[in-house]
Amino acid sequence: MSTVVVIGAGIVGAACAHDLARGGADVVVLDRGPVASGTTSRGEGNILVSDKGPGAELDLARLSRDAWLELGDELGRDPMELEEKGGVVVASSPEGLDALEGFARSQRAAGTTALDVDDLRSLEPHLAPGLAGGVLYPEDMQVQPVLAAAAMLEAAQRHGARFVPGADARGAVLDRTGRLTGVRTGTGEVIGADAVVNAAGTWGGEVGARLGGAVPVLPRRGFILVTEPLPLMVRHKVYSADYVSNVASSDAGLETSCVVEGTRGGTILIGASRERVGFDTTLDVNVISILARQATALFPFLAGVNLLRVYRGFRPYCPDHLPVIGPDPRVPGLFHACGHEGAGIGLAPGTARLITQHILGGDGVDVARYTELLPDRFIEQEA
Amino acid sequence: MPSFAFDGSPVPFRDGQTVGAALVAHGTVSWRTTRLEGRPRGLFCGIGICFDCLVTVDGVPNQRACLVRARDSSAVTTQEGTGYAAE
Repeated sequence: MSTVVVIGAGIVGAACAHDLARGGADVVVLDRGPVASGTTSRGEGNILVSDKGPGAELDLARLSRDAWLELGDELGRDPMELEEKGGVVVASSPEGLDALEGFARSQRAAGTTALDVDDLRSLEPHLAPGLAGGVLYPEDMQVQPVLAAAAMLEAAQRHGARFVPGADARGAVLDRTGRLTGVRTGTGEVIGADAVVNAAGTWGGEVGARLGGAVPVLPRRGFILVTEPLPLMVRHKVYSADYVSNVASSDAGLETSCVVEGTRGGTILIGASRERVGFDTTLDVNVISILARQATALFPFLAGVNLLRVYRGFRPYCPDHLPVIGPDPRVPGLFHACGHEGAGIGLAPGTARLITQHILGGDGVDVARYTELLPDRFIEQEA
Repeated sequence: MPSFAFDGSPVPFRDGQTVGAALVAHGTVSWRTTRLEGRPRGLFCGIGICFDCLVTVDGVPNQRACLVRARDSSAVTTQEGTGYAAE
């Protein structure tokens, strides 16, 4: 039996642990904190195909979507608040709508269901009047990320996995050939491993470096506003068409695009900002007011609604905005599964499938379709 | 002593007291029911963080009883669920 150490008990680590344990590996999950204490608990729970153009990331999103539905069957949808609610992308101007419809055509060609919307307000009755139009993506889903991570980690434990919270991965133990054979923790303990998965999210760059396989994962700060609980007012994930271009942007400055959705608890979540300020947690009132203004432009009723709180997290981004998933050629035994930026919740189960296939083999997914995501792309640039 | 109306009955308060403090001093410890299971709620943290002590004041729901100052003219009512009539 092969022993796999998974570093990180966020959504990606939990999904990897679950998949690997189910596949027969002897799994140990380490996290310097408790379950879902990093970016997993600082987002919205997006499982989106709508924001992805054709390519490896869309393939991974589709693989993940199928895996989420299987997880829903296995672990129950309710305990994870997994909902097939669909996404509605809205454009405020005719030019924006042209661009959105062009993007939707390219997505349809890649197999995504993207439906023209004749009457936005029949889908979302509280949307502002006068918006140019939108596209409905029925495949978009939502999940409560902390509940989902905990459910997957519990399921992994039922398959024999062990979870060690409060264990910081400090360094690699290598054999004479340079192969990774274990991880040294903050207490000096060495946990032996045939394979190590770097699922440390935004801290994946640092963890990779400690193990001899640095990857360029950096933080991008995002704020989310939480309203008081309301009766059902927003039915889908509703976001502005500029979200896609903002995610793809490489600008270091503040970018905001409106994402609005209801939750099972009745609160409405309002995102999403992105800015590169390192790991600075300072609450920026300017960002909050921009997000609130954008949200009320989309849903005017929000102007009269109280905010309960604001939270922020650090989205793990790579320079090319794609996650880094696969074996590190510099350190045999090390596998990266991080850098998913704002899409990590949605992409976690597909990432786990790829990692399991890389480590345990078998006749699972065709990893050859995902070479774009391998760490090699950064290492070649360094050479 | 001044008083406000709580579900139509007078609740006395001292100047500067919050709605929550006055209710508790008056012997009322629950003034909201939870959204899903209808369970009783009153003061929990008492400092504005937990949003457990929500109450409807002068028709506006989701006010934190621990922060809202009691006023002579106020009409305070028990909050059911979200405090907004379901659509």
